[in-house]
Amino acid sequence: MSFVPGQPVTAVVQRIEIQKLRQGENLILGFSIGGGIDQDPGQNPFSEDKSDKGIYVTRITPGGPAEVAGLRMGDKIMQVNGWDMTMVTHDQARKKLTNKREDVVRLLITRRSLEEAVKQSKGSHPRQ
Amino acid sequence: MSDIESRDRRLEHKLESTRAFIIRSKGSKIDSLRSKVDLLRLPLVLSTKSISNRKSQLGVIWEKGGGSGTGVARKLRPPPAFDMDNESTYSGYSYKSSHSRTSRKNRDRRDRHRLKNRDGSIRGDKSVMIQAPGEPLLDPESTVVDDRDDNWGETTTVVTGTSVDSISNEDLTRISKDLEDSLPLDCRRYISPVLGAILGLISVITPLAFLALPQLLWRDTLDPCGTPSSYWLFYGVRVLEPQETDYRGIVGYAASLVDALLFIQYLALVLLEVRHLQPAFCLKVVRTADGVSRFYNVGHLSIQRAGVWVLDQYYRDFPVYNPALINLPKSILTKKMSSFKVYNLEEENTNNSTGQSRAMIAAAARRRDNSHNEYYYEEAEVERRIRKRRARLVVAVEEAFTHIKRHQDEDTATSSPKHPRELMDPREAAQAIFAPMARAMQKYLRATRQQSYHTMESIINYLQFCITHNMTPKAFLERYLSPGPTLQYLDNNRGRRWTLVSEEPVTTALRQGQVFSLKRLDFALVVKVMPLPFLDLAEEFIDPKSHKFVMKLQSETSV
Repeated sequence: MSFVPGQPVTAVVQRIEIQKLRQGENLILGFSIGGGIDQDPGQNPFSEDKSDKGIYVTRITPGGPAEVAGLRMGDKIMQVNGWDMTMVTHDQARKKLTNKREDVVRLLITRRSLEEAVKQSKGSHPRQ
Repeated sequence: MSDIESRDRRLEHKLESTRAFIIRSKGSKIDSLRSKVDLLRLPLVLSTKSISNRKSQLGVIWEKGGGSGTGVARKLRPPPAFDMDNESTYSGYSYKSSHSRTSRKNRDRRDRHRLKNRDGSIRGDKSVMIQAPGEPLLDPESTVVDDRDDNWGETTTVVTGTSVDSISNEDLTRISKDLEDSLPLDCRRYISPVLGAILGLISVITPLAFLALPQLLWRDTLDPCGTPSSYWLFYGVRVLEPQETDYRGIVGYAASLVDALLFIQYLALVLLEVRHLQPAFCLKVVRTADGVSRFYNVGHLSIQRAGVWVLDQYYRDFPVYNPALINLPKSILTKKMSSFKVYNLEEENTNNSTGQSRAMIAAAARRRDNSHNEYYYEEAEVERRIRKRRARLVVAVEEAFTHIKRHQDEDTATSSPKHPRELMDPREAAQAIFAPMARAMQKYLRATRQQSYHTMESIINYLQFCITHNMTPKAFLERYLSPGPTLQYLDNNRGRRWTLVSEEPVTTALRQGQVFSLKRLDFALVVKVMPLPFLDLAEEFIDPKSHKFVMKLQSETSV
């Protein structure tokens, strides 16, 4: 998940679609995010590269819409509804996720296990 | 033949006359000194009866009277010749060793007049008795005096005066040490400045005399007579012998003498003052009676000078020594030992056999030790009592101060004719408002054991002082709520005797790790010398533009 400045970022991503749950006045997704370009990347426990300033999922409410949709703790969010999440501030990320006019958020997330799985599948099943 | 004889005769005659001249001048000087000595020997004889009389006058009359009284302020007579010299509080300080020579001479003359008609009244002096353990400078006379009376506080010794001419300073210490054994104590202090003045006068006159003498003794060849100054010897040999006619040479010679004296003067200035001023040591001064300590920075001084300097600072910095304040713990501990009927184990018992005391100690050890408990509660009780009385005092004083108001001149027109205000001067105003606060003040002073330091008279004086200068009640009370420096309680016509005790000769310079002490009758100041650390000060320049900051947040938002 490290990137080389100037080169396009490549990652194996998973699409996750979360339906927002209405709780009284608010629409909640059921997870917490951390990170951002204005935050300290050294304190991120989930990132491999400690200079990675991307948005990470830090907590998932058990039984919430995010868990149901397949989001896991430690996932890095690459896109939200088409908006890039790799170079945004923490507050910009929050705003994109909590847009009141949208009921559904479609995330592109990446995690290390995805990379591993693809490598394994590549290795064990050579392309024909 | 005949003219040779006549010349020889003239020579001898001239020799005689100059010898006589010089001896006469020396003799007159010695006579004058001797006369001074005789004058001062007279009034020092004190009978023991007068001393015991003075001792009986100790004690505060106001305190005894006020105990039975109500809040009414009575006009009590304060104790006459208020000497409480048992403690170290009241003392006169009228002499400062490093003042100018002329003022010392004037004071010297004045004091000689005063000494003539002394009748037992106590003159104020501060003295430093310099005592090295190997060679006691105290003559037997002064030790006898010491045994006789504690109040005999104005004995003096020579404080090596700071004179500008360094040669005369060394001469003085030598001469004064010789004279100390023979002279009575009182005039010792004035010998050194007087001798310094005389020698200084001689050194001033010398260049002029160099110029004048050839005129007087022109035609005569002389042998120099043994005058102590090497310059005079040289002069006699070089100028007077061959009858120097070159007056310009003589003037040059006199000028060189003046230059040499000037050089010596500035050298002395540098050595004495500048070296003394630059801080090199830190002195820790601890009072043995109650542990109050202070730290002072001094330069390269001798132990003597350091002692004098420390004493000067002592009177300003140390809170006054109150022996009554130490009595509390003993009363607690005696309570504990009262069940044993006889002994207080905290005190030394010289008439007690060691076996008996050991048995007592063993028995005491077996008992459960509760003295700390009693001490704690007793302390808390005393603290509470003091605080309560202090609160009462503060309220009383505040109320008393509201009774009077400063009279403004423009109020005369507005004051109604029905209530003409009686105008009082500060003394009457002070007496008027003293009455309501007297009782509260007395109880507070007694609780803090300060009642012996403040007589009713002194309180009213201070109240008058505060009223005159528009002070608030808090300003008036500050003097009584906290013990002030010892200097505040000094009575200026008393003397204080201190003894400098040191294991090394007292003229040595200060060194690291030295310890000396300044003893008084009932306590001592122990002074320990510590060197100031050698500082390596590095300098660093910081560009103001280099102050930059980044955020180090890690916030977590739930969505």
